Parts: sequence; C-alpha cells; structure tokens
Amino acid sequence: MTMRWFYYAAPQTFYGLAGRLWPWLAALALALTLAGLWVGFALAPADAQQGEGYRIIFVHVPVSWMSMVIYLAMAFWSVLGLTFNTRLSGMMTRALAPTGAIFAFLSLWTGALWGKPMWGAWWVWDARLTSELILFFLYLGYIALTSAIDDVRRADRAGALIAIVGAINVPIIYFSVKWWNTLHQGASVSLTRSPSMAQLMLWGMLLMALAMWVYTLAIVCYRVRTLIIERERHTDWVQALPEVAGAKA
Amino acid sequence: MRWESWSDFWFMGGYGLYVWGSMGMTALLLLVEMAQARLAHRRALALVRAEQSLENP
Repeated sequence: MTMRWFYYAAPQTFYGLAGRLWPWLAALALALTLAGLWVGFALAPADAQQGEGYRIIFVHVPVSWMSMVIYLAMAFWSVLGLTFNTRLSGMMTRALAPTGAIFAFLSLWTGALWGKPMWGAWWVWDARLTSELILFFLYLGYIALTSAIDDVRRADRAGALIAIVGAINVPIIYFSVKWWNTLHQGASVSLTRSPSMAQLMLWGMLLMALAMWVYTLAIVCYRVRTLIIERERHTDWVQALPEVAGAKA
Repeated sequence: MRWESWSDFWFMGGYGLYVWGSMGMTALLLLVEMAQARLAHRRALALVRAEQSLENP
C-alpha cells in the first residue's frame, strides 16, 4: 500500500492520473453548481428574518469553508514535503494556493455584501472577519514568498513553513464565533447538533459546498500538471509527451 | 418556482445588488481563474517546445 502511494506521488504518474481526472471533476462541479443554484434560487423559500437577502449564504458559506479546507490541505502537503522530501508535495501546495486566495477573498467580499444590508456595515473588526482577513493575507504571503525565491526546492521549503505555521489560524477562524462575542452569527451547520436551517436551504448550501469542493479538485489537478511540465521539462518523459510533440509535427 | 417574473427574480426582494454582487464576483473570479490556468498550461507547453527547437534545430 505504501509503495502504491509513492507510486502515485511520482510526478510522471500523477501527471497522467490528474489529466484523466480533471475533465470528469470539472463536469461534476458544473452539474453540482447548476443543481445547487436551482435548489438555492428556484426552490428554497425566503428567510423569515432576512427575506431574499439570505441567499448570499449559497456562495458565502461554501467559499468560506473551502478557504479554510484549502489552507489545511496546503499544510498537509507541506508536512509531507518536509518529511519525505517528495517533489509532488511542493507542487500540490503551490497549485492549491491561488484557489485558496480567491476563496478567501470571496469570503470577505460576499461577507461584506451580506453585512451591509443585515448589520448596516460592510466591515467590522470582529474576530471572525479579522481572522479570515489574516487567512487571505497568509495566502498572499505564501504566493509572494514562493514566487520571490528562484530555487524551486528552497521556495517550496520556505512556503511549507508559512503553510504549516499559518494553519493555526484555521481553528481560530472556525471557533472564533464560539470563543468571542462576535457580530458574525454562530455556525448554521455543525457536527454536534441538527442544523438550524430549513431543509431546502440546507440542501442548496450543501450542494454548492460540494460543487466548490469538486471545482477545487478539478482546478488543482489541472494546475499541478502545468507545474509538473514546467519543473520536469528537461526529463525525457515530458519531452516525449504527445501534447508537446504533437504541435511540432 | 418562487418568482413571479424575471424582474422579480433580479430584484431579489430589494437585495438584488448584494445577492448578485456576491454571485457575480464569484462567477467572474472563477472564470478568470480557469482562463488563467489554461493560458499558463499552454505557455508551459510552448516553453518545452521552444527549448526543444533550440536544442535540435
């Protein structure tokens, strides 16, 4: 079993695997998005307190969850990279970062657009909002640092440290609404009690969350292949790839 | 269907700006991300080809 994992962790093998996976994942993400939007915008009722304005939840919660999940995934790959010194780990971490940064930004953006009509403010220095802003800066810091160092293996190691140390912020974001008095509401969905939402609202949100999850897998599979080509371009197998040789003939 | 007309749908009970501002920015950034990823992939392949033709002219 262990051998098998390392087999797939070889960039050459993973390039082929990711290439077969991403079109299916992209199609599935599109289907889930359409289903989620249908449930969220055509079937789910208006909220008793927030009217139609609550529908921002169908994008706000999924992007916020993914902004945290992706950072943890980066920390996971970084630990693997520092421990086993596998080439793929650094590439996976780098392939994840832009998507994580976009989701963190969208979390703040959709949160501002939700906060204005409901709280009367685009922004407050509340623990939840502030820790999410720090997460966004951590993504930017990771991207800036890794692109500033020319030696890719060194850049990966430096980036891995940011990813691992910064991961402490993720539980702070998640529990911020419990630990401190925040303007931001508590969790609508938690593992320990039944969700405090109407069924259709919950389904719309979960479908959209799943859609964003699968989208992330698709775009990361796609982006990691670009990184593999760039880094392994002097190897025989990249030189012999049909997509490289094909255009020359 | 919960909407009486398309204009009712876009109006979103008075929250149109906020709801569509959220959905629109999300759609825009994800489309830009996909386009950028595609462009980067083509550039990487072009780089390999360019280096090949330098080595074996």
